[in-house]
Amino acid sequence: MKILVGIKRVVDYNVRVRVLPDGSGVDTDGVKMSVNPFDEIALEEALRIREAGNAEEVIVVSVGGDECQQQLRTGLAMGADRAIQIQTSESLQPLSLARAFLKVIEREQPGLVILGKQAIDDDNSQTAQMLAALWDRPQATFASKLVLNGDSAAVTREIDAGMETIEIDLPAVISVDLRLNEPRFVKLPDIMKAKRKPLDVISLDDLGVTVEGNVSVGHHAPPPQREKGIMVDDTAQLVQELKNRGLI
Amino acid sequence: MSKILIIAEHDGQALNISTAKCVSCAKAIGGEIDIAVFGSGIDAVAAQAAAIDSVNQVIAVNAEHLAAPLAVNWAAEAISMAEGYSHLLGPSTTLGKDLMPRIAALAGVNQVSDIMEVNGPNSFKRPIYAGNALVDVETAAGATVVGTVRTASWKAAESSGGASVDQREAGSSPASHTRFVGMEVEGGERPDLQSAARVVSGGRALASEENFELIYQLADKLGAGVGASRAAVDAGYCPNDMQVGQTGKIISPDLYIAIGISGAIQHVTGIKDAGTIVAINKDSEAPIFEIADIGLAGDLFKVIPELESLLG
Repeated sequence: MKILVGIKRVVDYNVRVRVLPDGSGVDTDGVKMSVNPFDEIALEEALRIREAGNAEEVIVVSVGGDECQQQLRTGLAMGADRAIQIQTSESLQPLSLARAFLKVIEREQPGLVILGKQAIDDDNSQTAQMLAALWDRPQATFASKLVLNGDSAAVTREIDAGMETIEIDLPAVISVDLRLNEPRFVKLPDIMKAKRKPLDVISLDDLGVTVEGNVSVGHHAPPPQREKGIMVDDTAQLVQELKNRGLI
Repeated sequence: MSKILIIAEHDGQALNISTAKCVSCAKAIGGEIDIAVFGSGIDAVAAQAAAIDSVNQVIAVNAEHLAAPLAVNWAAEAISMAEGYSHLLGPSTTLGKDLMPRIAALAGVNQVSDIMEVNGPNSFKRPIYAGNALVDVETAAGATVVGTVRTASWKAAESSGGASVDQREAGSSPASHTRFVGMEVEGGERPDLQSAARVVSGGRALASEENFELIYQLADKLGAGVGASRAAVDAGYCPNDMQVGQTGKIISPDLYIAIGISGAIQHVTGIKDAGTIVAINKDSEAPIFEIADIGLAGDLFKVIPELESLLG
């Protein structure tokens, strides 16, 4: 079985993002870029499945300009066998991304596609579900536990009320939540080794993907700031303040 | 004129409050509002949906294969009745986040996730980068709008209406490749985190699962729901479903008390819509104090017992 894993290049988790003064976007100039944290968890899970002998090959896929090769190399250093860059200068929305992934699925015939549950830049949380719909295959989103049983899998999902378990037939799309695993650290020799692993570049146009632009992103604004609050000296004052405001 | 279909969220017995919040968002869009209720044995839920103000009609589809909220089946059912609707809405709860993008893909459109404000029938405001930026997004004229409604941004619509309930046969057939196995519901008797008027949250400074009991005790005294920071969840002090923030729950209680939480941006994004934020933290420089309405720099192990005794 092959496993496809999606990798997105995003502004690093620790960067405090600022909106550009003209509202055209956020400032990414000189900002540290990383693999979307959920995608690292997706890749870790794929690697563990391969290491347990349940998959032969793990392929990392990213859609974007050549700068995303950096994140694909990180994926290769973590242990992926090869990488595919779907090259485009456009910033694609989830439906177009799902269409591009579907084209790769048709070429590679994976048994599992594992994606992060959301990217921490646009926070859309759409691509995995859309890909499953277009592929007409099962989706198991927000996975916190994955158990393979031959041609099917039992997936425990994090939902608002607690945990839900579903059983899905493969091939299928899984989107991963935080608690599925803890991704491994990349070691220096692995980074060297990753440089020699294959990284194929396919242009988005060659894949024949129709880009869907029904949603256009316009003005960006910083969030409204809450008014500066007060500090109280002790617990008694805190309780008094809550009473004064009619909160208790 | 817009014609809006809301997919109801429920647990088989009761309608989730997120549905009435979707109605408020739909009212801001303007137009005729229908609610679809999918499930098995859902007469009571359909009646609750029909009681929400401004609802034109409830479409109830009773079918065995819709009993569990599997996105694959619910999406197929939603699409089977989508013709004629300009907008398809669901809540940005885990149910809506799972379901609505599948519907959007079948409808051939991108989704507008986490609608926090409506600028017009085709223009919406939503947060990105954990709420560090708010963007205006426009949807193409004539294309179906599929969206999730950021529940913390909307008040629930009142329930004094009396719409009709249209019972329909299922328009979809079950997918055999996905099977519901079971659900483990946590939380118990405490108020639901996402609809509680008061929430008490604990962070890393609680230092152990045993100490986290202090948070439960204080919450029970206040009749509050219980939340947690990611750090507390990751450390195993409390269950995952208590996590508040970018990748957990986005909440908007009247009163939020953050105890031993430093206030990482990913946590703060989950509480920005709270009425009053109280922060209790030993470190007077903690970023949580930048957004707190009332701050107390102090040791939580001293403050919580004091609070409990003062609250009587």
